[in-house]
Amino acid sequence: MIKYEGRNYSLDQNETVLDCLLRHGIAPPYSCKSGLCHTCLMRATQGTPTSDSQKGLKQSQISQNYFLGCACVPNEFMDITLPNSEAFRSITTVLNIAQLNDSVLRLRLKKPDNFNYFAGQYVTIYNNNGIGRSYSLASVPGTDDFLEFHIQVIPNGTVSNWIKQAVSVDDSITIGEAIGSGIYTNDNLKQSIALIGTGTGLAPLYGILRTALLKQHKGDIRLYHGSRSSANLYLQDALQQLANEHSAFTYIPCISGAEPLPEALTAGRANDVALKDIVNFKKWRVYLCGNADMVKASKRSIFLAGASMQDISADPFAHA
Amino acid sequence: MSDNLYEQIGGETAVNAAVDIFYRKVLADDRINQFFDGVDMEQQAAKQKGFLTFAFGGPNNYTGKDMRDGHAHLVARGLNDSHFDAVMENLGNTLKELNVPDELIGRAAAIAESVRDDVLGR
Ligand code: HEM
Repeated sequence: MIKYEGRNYSLDQNETVLDCLLRHGIAPPYSCKSGLCHTCLMRATQGTPTSDSQKGLKQSQISQNYFLGCACVPNEFMDITLPNSEAFRSITTVLNIAQLNDSVLRLRLKKPDNFNYFAGQYVTIYNNNGIGRSYSLASVPGTDDFLEFHIQVIPNGTVSNWIKQAVSVDDSITIGEAIGSGIYTNDNLKQSIALIGTGTGLAPLYGILRTALLKQHKGDIRLYHGSRSSANLYLQDALQQLANEHSAFTYIPCISGAEPLPEALTAGRANDVALKDIVNFKKWRVYLCGNADMVKASKRSIFLAGASMQDISADPFAHA
Repeated sequence: MSDNLYEQIGGETAVNAAVDIFYRKVLADDRINQFFDGVDMEQQAAKQKGFLTFAFGGPNNYTGKDMRDGHAHLVARGLNDSHFDAVMENLGNTLKELNVPDELIGRAAAIAESVRDDVLGR
């Protein structure tokens, strides 16, 4: 038996989850029906998917109970959702709002009970009119007892301006569930990790970085944080502090605009600096976050520079 | 020994090893990479897996009609024999890089060849 959107469906002998849903007139996206195209990706919120149905998925997806509907003949009860369904919302409380630089706010919310997430995932924050925007989590579950977001305030940005102007401490705020597969997986502690982000793309990287350090990651970790001007960097002190404490971690703040730079800052775009620095990305684990054009272009150039597609997580921001 | 090509090449493990190498070759190949621009890379990598599984004679549900429909928008953009040849070349080089014996490479190439007319919409 499976459950989908609150209703139970019985499976025939040897029937896959996808076939069962199709037989009941439900049409989730699908294509090849052979476990190849990944179009019918689903997630179990209850029950464990069969290992057959997780073949070829990323480790980060497997640990979140993602599976392929066309390859799953369940051997136990499963409650199923589609990857980006917004079924879960919770109402929580604003704990703290602070200014990280001229245009970036740090928003801390109370972590609702039963709210589970991995560092690096993102959450939709809804304004009082129910309009939502996705923001990456900068906090680390277990370490931080709050949810932290870095909000780039965009001129005319519906939700970011609302947060800046209308939200204050103790207000209630509605959020969705944590989604996204750009998370730290400690299946290979010796792997080198490159974290490359622009603007508030730093938020998820900050969470992933601290998770990796917490899990005693052994390989090199290099963080390239890019910004147009040095005034738009943030968390420099905290990151430099982490670099001083952990010899395997290197923090490389990059400035793409023209300005005289102190020695601690590198001139150039974060992705270009990383490519020039690392050259061969074979066996590297790579996280890309922030400006959508940067993320898209880097995904390709870093793949061509040797990284396996499985090892690249890309999180393009609509505005960054 | 099994005469199943897919198993002889190494099954799913071989496909997984081949997909990165093959896709990297395709993206770096200026004769054909324009067809892959603008397609989401991750989805595309999954589709390459479909391509390789098919070429290796592995388990898949693709039909000639699927090949026809799946590439029709590319034919409209000028996909022709020369592009098909380039893909075949990249496939062969990928398998060589993985030390697959020539005889098996020939058999994979023959499977891929068998859908040339479908892919090119003829
Ligand atoms: C040996 C012949 C070929 C086979 C067996 C083959 C197989 C496939 C398969 C299985 C898919 C995925 C369909 C899906 O699940 O959605 C696909 C998609 C695609 N193929 Fe091929 N292919 C062949 C030749 C080519 C050639 C010569 C090109 C261009 C140079 C090409 C470009 C593409 C592109 C761009 C897509 C993605 C289409 C999209 O999503 O918009 N293929 N192919």
